[in-house]
Amino acid sequence: MNKQYSNTKATLAIARASFRSILRSPSAVVFTLAFPLIFIIVFANIGGGGMSIDVGLTKGSDTSANNPVYMALKKNKIMHLITDQSADEMSKNLAKGNIDAILDLKPFAPPAAMTVHVQYSQASGDKGSVLKSALNNIFYRIQSEELKRIQSYTTVKVPNLIDLKEETISGRPYKYIDFILPGQLGFSLLSSGVFGTAFVFLSLRLTLVIKRFFATPVKRYSIVLGEAIARLAFSLLGSLFIILVGHYMFGFTLIHGVTTVLNMLVLSAIGLIIFMGFGFTVSGIAKNESSVPPLSNIITLPQFLLSGTFFSITAFPSWLQYISKVLPLTHLNDAMRKVAFEGAGLGDVTHQLLILLAWFVGIYAVAVKTFKWE
Amino acid sequence: MNLMHFYPMTKQPIITVNNLVKNYGDFAAVKGISFEVYEGEIFGLLGPNGAGKTTTLEIIETLRDKTSGSIVVDGFDIETDADSIKKRIGVQLQAAGYYPNLNLSELIVLFSGLYGIDKTPMEMLEKVALTDKAKAKYKDLSGGQKQRFSIATTLINNPRIIFLDEPTTGLDPQARRNLWDLIREIRDQGTTVVITTHYMDEAEVLCDRVAFVDGGHIIGIDTPDHFIDELVASGFERKKQVKLANLEDVFINLTGKEWREG
Repeated sequence: MNKQYSNTKATLAIARASFRSILRSPSAVVFTLAFPLIFIIVFANIGGGGMSIDVGLTKGSDTSANNPVYMALKKNKIMHLITDQSADEMSKNLAKGNIDAILDLKPFAPPAAMTVHVQYSQASGDKGSVLKSALNNIFYRIQSEELKRIQSYTTVKVPNLIDLKEETISGRPYKYIDFILPGQLGFSLLSSGVFGTAFVFLSLRLTLVIKRFFATPVKRYSIVLGEAIARLAFSLLGSLFIILVGHYMFGFTLIHGVTTVLNMLVLSAIGLIIFMGFGFTVSGIAKNESSVPPLSNIITLPQFLLSGTFFSITAFPSWLQYISKVLPLTHLNDAMRKVAFEGAGLGDVTHQLLILLAWFVGIYAVAVKTFKWE
Repeated sequence: MNLMHFYPMTKQPIITVNNLVKNYGDFAAVKGISFEVYEGEIFGLLGPNGAGKTTTLEIIETLRDKTSGSIVVDGFDIETDADSIKKRIGVQLQAAGYYPNLNLSELIVLFSGLYGIDKTPMEMLEKVALTDKAKAKYKDLSGGQKQRFSIATTLINNPRIIFLDEPTTGLDPQARRNLWDLIREIRDQGTTVVITTHYMDEAEVLCDRVAFVDGGHIIGIDTPDHFIDELVASGFERKKQVKLANLEDVFINLTGKEWREG
């Protein structure tokens, strides 16, 4: 009794208890680890292939090796040639947009012009024009070769009007996993911070656990800090796990290796602390456990959809982008992607960090006002 | 039974409540209560629901602010030394839960940390005969076990006083008697016990002194024996002649004294 009471010891006791409790709570594990991983696995697989154009070839088409158009289309990775459907099936699929175009290739027998009959579909959007330019490209090459052959018989020079020089610089391939993983990380932190914090504090309050704590010499800040440390530890381990799974199983790009991982973890911590502020606020407003999910969803769903979790916010109309650019998760995702893929340091994302700081100040001002102990 | 207990000759007050008032807005829950609890006794606060027992208890436990009046607990003023008081008391709340997903051992470790005291879980669970439940969750315990575990958490800091708010409500007769034994044991080891209950038979056999609270006032404070003698002296008689045993005695006789877990 004469020993000096240690607030640190009390804080750590709460942190340890809370951490154990989180590990044993199925919902925390599902939200923090399982959901993000499932999303990553799903999107890493459907997003990987890029664009594909389905081109139907009519039954009478010439698919011999000396048809240069056919050979060129066959070599093109984007083109997916379909030859095993009846004409009837093909035109039905074309109307539905399941096939993007139907080609009828007549045999190639110069100098007679080869007839190529193309049917596009309005149902398949931009893909028709991609095929169109691919075909034009092929025809141009065939024409040029023919021209070159004619040139060898004559001295009359046909001037080249365009001298096309193409090169591809070597760069890091930007894979879809590089986009989806930081988004999922943000989503995991958001749900853990908001749902987890709100549920824990509400239930500790309703079941009088906090009241019982108050009958001990523990300080209020120890309770909040202990809970925060536990959640932070759990979420950072979760983030690390997601990053490592993403890196080793799906080839997630980590430019500066360990440094990048550490930077991402710092960002995760910053994000989680802000999202916990929302959680404290929800726990204060909610009257009982069943009002936690709707309140939390009001906070998490819009960010889930509008903060560039699954696709870039540049895909939105500009008025929607304004909303996106206000949300904290947008800036966390942004900073996360810059750090992970572009190899930025934390000093390079100060713009995002400042916006997050503003959110931190704002949400904790609200949380302090709304939070209830009893 | 409690007559066998050695009653201290010098009655040293360990809690002094003086003119305590608690208002909730317009509602006066406690209207000027004064009493003393002596060191080493089991003190019962009795009264109907809403009489102000729990409010009074929670103010003494530093969990609630008072409106006016003064309280001194083990020499410390509630107003200026709440922290010192918290270190000297153990509190069992009516209907309080425990941290979710933890087993009893882990909860004891948590409370040891909160009190800043090194106690092994087994040492504490042994005091309340729950060592075999060390790995069980609180919510899976029986009613009697829950109360015993709650009492274990109040004992971690070697308190001078423990407060038990309706600890036997909802327990079966065996568990209730078992809890009485535990409470007496705690008292015999020198800890003062303040208890609330709705069962007068319980107060009669367990409490050294009781206070009746009604409508925010204390309407009487004395030993149970003295209260009963006084009533009998006033000419009171029970309508029905008391038999040498009652139905609870029959229950215990039929179902056995050893008590049930379940």
